[in-house]
Amino acid sequence: MATAYAQPLQDDPDATDPLGAAAMTAVSEAKPAAELGAPAPSSDALGGKIKVLGDALLWPVIGIIAFLGAWAVLAPQVDTSLGTLPGPVEVAKAGAGLYSEYVAARDSEAAFYAQQEANNAAARASGNAAAISDFEYSGSPTFLDQILTSLKTVALGFALATLLAVPIGLMAGLSKRFNAAINPLVQIMKPVSPLAWLPIVTMVISAMITSADPLLPKAFVISALVVMLCSLWPTLINTAVGTSSIDKDLLNVGKVLRLGWFDKLTKLVLPASLPYIFTGMRLSLGVGWMVLIAAEMLAQNPGLGKFVWDEFQNGSSQSLARIMFAAIVIGLIGFLLDRVMMALQGLVSKNRTV
Amino acid sequence: MTHTLHTKGQFGFDRRGVIAAVLASVALAGCGGAADGSGDTVVAAAVDGAIEKPNLTLGFIKLTDMAPLAIAKEKGFFAEEGLNVTLEPQANWKVLLDGVIAGQLDGAHMLAGQPLAATIGYGTKADLIAPLSLDLNGNAITVSNKVWGMIEPGLPKDANGKPTHPIPASVLKPVVAKFKAEGKPFNMGMVFPVSTHNYEIRYWLAAGGLKPGYYAEGDVQGVIDADVKLSVTPPPQMPATLEAGTIEGYSVGEPWNQAAVAKKIGVPIITDDQIWHDNPEKVLGLRKDFAEKNPATTAALLRAIIKAQQWLDADGGKNRKEAVEILSRPNYVGADAAVIAASMTGVFTFAQGDTRKAPGFNIFFDKYAGYPFYSDAIWYLTQMRRWGQIATDKDDQWYFDTAKAVYRPDLYLAAAEKLVADGVIPAESVPETNGFRGEQGGFIDGVTFDGSKPNAYLAKFPIGLKKGQKVTAAGITGG
Repeated sequence: MATAYAQPLQDDPDATDPLGAAAMTAVSEAKPAAELGAPAPSSDALGGKIKVLGDALLWPVIGIIAFLGAWAVLAPQVDTSLGTLPGPVEVAKAGAGLYSEYVAARDSEAAFYAQQEANNAAARASGNAAAISDFEYSGSPTFLDQILTSLKTVALGFALATLLAVPIGLMAGLSKRFNAAINPLVQIMKPVSPLAWLPIVTMVISAMITSADPLLPKAFVISALVVMLCSLWPTLINTAVGTSSIDKDLLNVGKVLRLGWFDKLTKLVLPASLPYIFTGMRLSLGVGWMVLIAAEMLAQNPGLGKFVWDEFQNGSSQSLARIMFAAIVIGLIGFLLDRVMMALQGLVSKNRTV
Repeated sequence: MTHTLHTKGQFGFDRRGVIAAVLASVALAGCGGAADGSGDTVVAAAVDGAIEKPNLTLGFIKLTDMAPLAIAKEKGFFAEEGLNVTLEPQANWKVLLDGVIAGQLDGAHMLAGQPLAATIGYGTKADLIAPLSLDLNGNAITVSNKVWGMIEPGLPKDANGKPTHPIPASVLKPVVAKFKAEGKPFNMGMVFPVSTHNYEIRYWLAAGGLKPGYYAEGDVQGVIDADVKLSVTPPPQMPATLEAGTIEGYSVGEPWNQAAVAKKIGVPIITDDQIWHDNPEKVLGLRKDFAEKNPATTAALLRAIIKAQQWLDADGGKNRKEAVEILSRPNYVGADAAVIAASMTGVFTFAQGDTRKAPGFNIFFDKYAGYPFYSDAIWYLTQMRRWGQIATDKDDQWYFDTAKAVYRPDLYLAAAEKLVADGVIPAESVPETNGFRGEQGGFIDGVTFDGSKPNAYLAKFPIGLKKGQKVTAAGITGG
């Protein structure tokens, strides 16, 4: 059955891959990662180490500078109906503009609360209890607020996906029959685009949440569920592969020791498959982040995707630069999320108890 | 009145209709509508009470005629009325409508046709009301540079060498014929099947002898027997769609006609004010049950918006410059201030270098712009029938009943009269009327409209469905 599933990363090829290309290679399934990475440099000599470090820093910097240069030269030659395509400088300025909008919004929020507090104090002094208000600031979300919303949404969707995928993956790895039963479903559901899930999830959630003031906003739940549905699969598949490829000797030892299924799970299966699970989770998070932006864009759910779409709709001379800045931020956050997951993955692999 | 709300065939996407119908039947039990006195007294007693729901979220589309909402927020009119309002831009009219029906939005800047269509069950069925009209005029029709280049040489010119206005749609006839001879469809865009812009461009085309196509029952394309094929594009995407060559022109609100001028991709050919002088535009759309459960909130909301409308039209438009600055912020309309100003400050730019005075291009308060006249609703209903969105004949009484179920001058008056009593707005800004404007002229084809005779009005049009006619996929039958 493993042939149909992804081949998890066996070792970490990132030593020579500081820009995270490993994440990309990992997505292309069934391609052993070792083929793609350069052979690991020998690290016994100090000079070698410095050379490795120099290589690790030098080439990425050269790559980025070359990209920025090409961007700066080529962008002004693309003439859109919103003016020429903004270059790196305009985009950086748009970023600064977004930050100052955030500062201005926080100032006006503080002013709002101060005003409300003053009004309430006056109302209390005059004994007019009806005039006391306790409003939340209702300004429009700024770029930074949208980033935060997106991160919360992806966190919820990812947590739900993990909670669902790991147990199913464990079962699929332990039971050939269960695996055979779910395999076709997994294979069919896995490639479904988030854009196809979205209307279904929207309708179901709209029908299910009928409270006027729900605990979580509908839009937030819809985005998170779409993220979950799309980011489920890498974790599920990798968990199944990891579980099924446990050394048979270990399982035999377990049998000799007459371990119960719970002990077998916690002492043998989980520790052995954790690295696989984390590899899957790392892929899942990457998928989830990409899906989220698309979902927010299409369904007008708050977050970075909505920011991009609103700016596109604005169609002002600033819009393109702001959209490009958002794209860079989306990329950077995706990269950081991947690094966090990679660090966790490394931690788990080192602490292997089996 | 209840029976009229449910007699219409419930075709289309009706999944929420059931919920809405349940809500509505509860709501209807307590309300006889606007026409009888009991409804008025209930409202009047409750409007001065405590605000039931101070935290509101209102949806809008990025168009300059959402200005009363942005102004009510930014100039503190909502806060004055004890409301804490969040304004949320929506991707398109469908998302906005669904948001209001499902309750994520408490209300919205709506197309006048939306609450009417929802109530009669065209598209998503739900009981919505329009207690206030947001503005008069504000739209225009733009054609691509290519089409403009084909018709411009033949247009009659005034002393300055500029084309004489209004330009009739008949000038497009040779262009459409040329497209037809080349086997290409002549496509134009509008923003929503029940939008003002759709009815305006249809009116203009038909007045010029071009058939804009009919809707068959259950069909939302509306291109049966069409000379000009109309299709739906959200307002902010209009310029991009025109530029891509998918459409040869469009009918849309501002700033999207001025955006075509600024981007040099098209030329506004006619404004809606020239098609129908001082035509009613957007409305404030609310769920009927929302207004019934929250009478004081509704009244406060209306008062805040009326104040904003007055601010927008005050002293011959002295506040318009500030309004343009507010609207150009990215969280509202977001287009460049110069583009918004090109239509908001008493002028309208047609071609580059052809800026003309258009003092009435956007009217928010003057000329009773805020009062929801029944006859305005009836005009929209007649156009829905004219183009087949209402599949079968309705008697005059049906038009009156539907208009009275959706347009709610009683709610408007409750709010406006308090403002008059408080000395905030002048008494003469509130009309004394039975809700019908009487016989109205000002249409480009010279046909007059009397809201009290909808069927007689429909009989006047050479192009459009007649009594007894139905539309099938093959064309018009009967009559």
